[in-house]
Amino acid sequence: MAVAHGMGHSVKRKEDARFIRGKGNYIDDLKLPGMLYLDIVRSPYAHAKITAIRAEKALAIPGVLAVITGRDLDKYGLAWMPTLMSDRQMVLPIDTVLYQAQEVAAVLATQRYIAADGAAAVEVDYEPLPVVVDPKKALRPDAPVLREDREQKTNHIWHWEVGDRDATARALEQADVTVEEDLYIPRIHVASIETCGCVAQWDSVDGKLTLWMTTQAPHAIRTVVALVAGHLGLAEHKIRVVSPDIGGGFGGKVPVYPGYVVAVAASVLTGKPVKWIEDRMENIQADSFARDYHITAELGAKRDGTLTALRFKTIADHGAFDAAANPSKFPAGLFSICTGSYDFQSAFVEVDGAYTNKPPGGIAYRCSFRVTEASYAIERMADIMAHELKMDPAEFRLKNFIRPEAFPYKSPLGWTYDSGNYQGALKKAMEMIGYTALRREQAEKRTRGELMGIGISSFTEIVGAGPSHSFDILGLKMFDSAEIRVHPTGKAVARFGTKSQGQGHETTYAQVIAHELGIPEDDIAVEEGDTDTAPYGLGTYASRSTPVAAAAGAVAARKIRDKARKIAAHLLEASESDLEWERGKFFVKGSPQRAKTIQEIAFAAYTNHPQGLEAGLEAVAYYDPPNLTFPFGSYICVVDIDKGTGEVKIRRFVAVDDCGNIINPMIVEGQVHGGLTMGLAPALYEEITYDDDGNIRGGSFMDYLLPTSMETPRWETANTVTPSPHHPLGAKGVGESATVGAPAAIANAVIDAMWHLGVRHIDIPITPWKVWKVLRQNGVTE
Amino acid sequence: MIPGSFEYFSPQTLPEAVTLLQRYGEDAKVLAGGHSLIPLMKLRLAAPRYLVDLSRIDGLTYIRESEGFLRVGALTRHGDIETSDVIRSGYPLLADAARVIADPLVRNMGTVGGSLAHADPAGDWGAALLAAGAHVVATGPRGGRTIPLDEFFVGTFTTALQPDEILTEIGIPQSQKNSGGAYLKLERKVGDFAIAAVGVGLLLSSTGACEQVGIGLCNVGPTSLRAGQAEQVLRGKKPDDATIARAAETAATESDPADDLRGPADYKRDMVRVLTARALRLAVGRAKGGA
Repeated sequence: MAVAHGMGHSVKRKEDARFIRGKGNYIDDLKLPGMLYLDIVRSPYAHAKITAIRAEKALAIPGVLAVITGRDLDKYGLAWMPTLMSDRQMVLPIDTVLYQAQEVAAVLATQRYIAADGAAAVEVDYEPLPVVVDPKKALRPDAPVLREDREQKTNHIWHWEVGDRDATARALEQADVTVEEDLYIPRIHVASIETCGCVAQWDSVDGKLTLWMTTQAPHAIRTVVALVAGHLGLAEHKIRVVSPDIGGGFGGKVPVYPGYVVAVAASVLTGKPVKWIEDRMENIQADSFARDYHITAELGAKRDGTLTALRFKTIADHGAFDAAANPSKFPAGLFSICTGSYDFQSAFVEVDGAYTNKPPGGIAYRCSFRVTEASYAIERMADIMAHELKMDPAEFRLKNFIRPEAFPYKSPLGWTYDSGNYQGALKKAMEMIGYTALRREQAEKRTRGELMGIGISSFTEIVGAGPSHSFDILGLKMFDSAEIRVHPTGKAVARFGTKSQGQGHETTYAQVIAHELGIPEDDIAVEEGDTDTAPYGLGTYASRSTPVAAAAGAVAARKIRDKARKIAAHLLEASESDLEWERGKFFVKGSPQRAKTIQEIAFAAYTNHPQGLEAGLEAVAYYDPPNLTFPFGSYICVVDIDKGTGEVKIRRFVAVDDCGNIINPMIVEGQVHGGLTMGLAPALYEEITYDDDGNIRGGSFMDYLLPTSMETPRWETANTVTPSPHHPLGAKGVGESATVGAPAAIANAVIDAMWHLGVRHIDIPITPWKVWKVLRQNGVTE
Repeated sequence: MIPGSFEYFSPQTLPEAVTLLQRYGEDAKVLAGGHSLIPLMKLRLAAPRYLVDLSRIDGLTYIRESEGFLRVGALTRHGDIETSDVIRSGYPLLADAARVIADPLVRNMGTVGGSLAHADPAGDWGAALLAAGAHVVATGPRGGRTIPLDEFFVGTFTTALQPDEILTEIGIPQSQKNSGGAYLKLERKVGDFAIAAVGVGLLLSSTGACEQVGIGLCNVGPTSLRAGQAEQVLRGKKPDDATIARAAETAATESDPADDLRGPADYKRDMVRVLTARALRLAVGRAKGGA
C-alpha cells in the first residue's frame, strides 16, 4: 500500500524507472513523419568578412533541399535575435563572423547524413580580420571594434559596481595587512551528456507552432518566440513549447541558440517538421560558455586576523555577444555575494564586460549567476590572507565568520542573508576529516620533503531567484508556479513551471505535496515542460526549483487543504474550527475516530460537496519569494603532490552542506556528489583556451577533460540543517552548492602543500605541468 | 561528426583482403577495431573511398608462445592482451601497457595490429613493443615478410607497410627467468593519450647486470621512439641508482617532444626522465622476482 513519506525521506526517484530502462524520451528520440534535418556550416575563422557563400555544390546533392543564409533570414527580420541580457546575437551572419565555429549557413535535407554532406559542400569565402581574444586588450582604445552593429564603437559592454568605493579604499589603506592576487577563472563548458537540439513543427492549417526543445525554461522561450516572431504571425496561444526528458542542463540549456531559430524558420517555410541536433563538438565549441572572469582581488585585515575590507575588480569576457542568462538588473549576476561567509566592514566590487572573438556567454554553469566566481575568489583570498598572517586557515575562518546570532545578516554589498551557522558546518567537517591529526601529519611529511596540503572552502551560496522587486528576465518576474488537481479517487496530478534536467522533481515535488496533503508520492503524477498544460514559470536553473517552485507546490497544497477542511467539516457535521489536521486526514478534536481522509474528502469534492462551495479539489499558486535563500557549507580537501610529475592526488574530500530542511536526503547526496565532481573539473582538468588567431583549444572531449570516475575521489558528505526562516518548507536549494564550493577547497589544498616553498597561487585548472613548473622554479624535483 | 560516404568490404580470407587492397591501392583503408580510423572519418579528416574490414577473417586473433617468440595475432584486441594469463604471468611490460590504453570500451574493440599500423606516435603499443624488441609480420601478394619494429615506423602515421600489405602478426622474444619489464604512462585523465609514457624491457644476467635492455618512448617525438643511447648506458652494467639516473637523463635528451595542451616540451622531456627512472626500477625489481 502506498505511503505518504513526505519531507526528509530518501524516496527512490520515480523517474529512474524509465531512465535506467532506456525509456527516457529525449529530443533526438522524437521522429515525425516527413521530418527534415538541419546541419550547420560553421566558420573556421574567429573574425572574418564573408565575401561569398556558394551553395551550388550542396544543392546538387540529391536530398539537399535548401541552403539558408543570414541574407535569407534577414528578409524576415530574423538574422538577429535578442539575448537574455539586452544584447543581440546573430542567428546567421549577413557579412561578418565573430568567432570560430559560429553558424554561417544551414543546410536542410531529407536525411541527417545528407544534411552533413550538404554542409561540407557549401563553399564560403572569407577575408580574415584582426582577432581579439584577450579581453584586457579588447578594452584598450586601439583595439579593433568587434561589434560594428552597435552605436557605441567600443568593445566595452557595461560597467557594474556595488559597495562603497571610497570607504573600502580607506579601509584597505588603514589595514595592517593586505593581500592582492590576480585570479583567472577559466572559460569552461557545461558539457551535458545530451547536446542541444529541437524539433520544430509548423502546422500551416492551424497556424500553430510546436517546438520540442532542450530548454530549462520552456515558458520563457514561448514568450520570447512570440515577441521575436510576432511580426510573422506567431502568437503566443499558437505556440507550444515542449521540453522532453533532458540529459543535463546546468545552465547551458537556458539560452536560445541560432539552430533553434533556423529550425523554426525552416519548418514555417516548408510546412514540415525540422529536426536540429548539434553534435558534441558543436556543443562545446559554439554553445554558451561559463566563467571566464579575470579578477584582481584584495583583502585587508588587522594584525589579529580580523578581516576588514574587500575589493574585487573584474574583467568579464563575454565573447562576441553578451548572451549570459542573468536577471536583467544583474549584468554580473550575483557576483556581489563575494564577501562570502565573512563579516566585512567595507567592500567594493566592480565588473566590466568586454567583447572578444569567442563564442557568446557566459551562462550560470551550475551556479546561481556568477556565484562560483565569487565564492572561489573569496575562499582563495581567505586562504592567502590566513597564510600571510601565519594563522591556521580554519582558525582564521572561525574568527571571521558571520556569527549565527547575526542572522538575518545584512552584507556590505546589500544582501540580507536569511540564516546560517558557518561555525557549525566547518567544525563538523574538521571533525569528520580529523583536521588536527592531518596538520600534524603534514608537518612531519614536510620535514621529509613530502608535499601534502589541506584546503578549506567555507562558501555561502545565494540562490532561489527571485523576489519580483529585483529579479526578472526580459521583464518576466522570477516567480514560479504549481497547479495541483486532486482527482475523485484521491490521486493527483501536479504541474510546475520549472523543468527537471536530472534533479528529480517528479520525486521531490511529489514528496512536498505528500508532506502537505498526505497523498502518497506514488499517487501523485508530477508534470513539467509542456507550456500547453503547465502553469507559467521561469524554469529550472540557479538552484531555484526548491526555493521557488517547491514553495509554490507547498502553498498550492495548503490551499487545497483549506478547501478540504470545509468539505471535511461538511462530511463530519462539525465546525471547521473543531477540526484538526494530521497528515492525510482531518479529525474532530478529542474524537480521533471521527475522521475523514484526504482521499474521502477528494471523493466528496466531486460527489457530495457542500452547497455554496465550488466542486472539485484543485489549486494554483504563483510563489514570489520574499528573499533569496543562502545555502552554505564547509569543504575540506587533502592532497598529495607527486614531486616528479606534478600530479595532484586528492586523498580525501569531506563536504558538509547546509541547504536548510531537506526534502530527499538521497537526492541531496546525489546532487552534492555530482556538484563536487563538477567542481573538481575546473580545479584540475577543464578549460577552453584560444590561440592568438582565435582557434579553439579544448573543443572536443579529446582535450576538454571531463573527469571520469577514475579521477573522482570518494566524496565524504554530511549535512547540518539551518532552516530558511522565510521559505514555506524551510528549504534552501542545493543543486549548485558543491560546484560553487569545491574548486577553492582543491586549489587551497594544492597551494597549502607548497606555501612553505614560496608558492602563492596557481590558476585553475591546476595541471601537472603547472605544478611541475612552480616546483622546479623553487628547486624541487625528483 | 558524420563521415562522408564510402564503400565497405568484408572479406572472409586474407588473400581476398590483399586482392582488394591491390585493386584500390591508396583509396582503400584497412579497418580493424576502428578506434582510430572511424573517429578520423567522422571528423572528415580521413575520407577513404573503400574500407576493407578484416573482422570476418579467421585466425588473426591469438596469443601464443612458439619457437622462442611470443606471437600475437594482429586482430587481438587490447582487452584480450590485458586479460591474457600468458601475458600477465610472463610479460609485465605488455600487461602494463594494455591496461592503460584508452578506456575499457576502446580496449574491447581496438586491436594491437591496427594500433601499430596506424603509427600514431601517441599509440602505446609502439613504445611498449619497441622496448620489447618486437618485429611484425606483413602479408601481401607475395606472401609474408618480417619487419623489425625499429624499421617499421617511418614517420607520423606512416609505416614501412606497402599499400597492398596487411600487418598480420607481432612477435617478441619469449620471456625468460630473469627478464622484467614495465610501462608507465602519465596522462591528463584516464583514456587520454600520454603526456609521456615509457616502456622498459630488460634481461638481467646471473650477475645482475643488464644483458638486454629496451626503452621505448611514447608521444614525445614524431614517431614512437627507441631510446638507444639510454639503453647503451645500461647495457652490461648493474642497474644501480646512479646508472638508472644517467640512463633516464639520456632518454630525456633522446626524446623530441612538442609543446601542446599536454604541456610544454621541457616538461615532457623531464617526464621522460622521471618515468624512465621509475620504469627501470620497477622492471629491475620484477626481473629479480618482485611483483
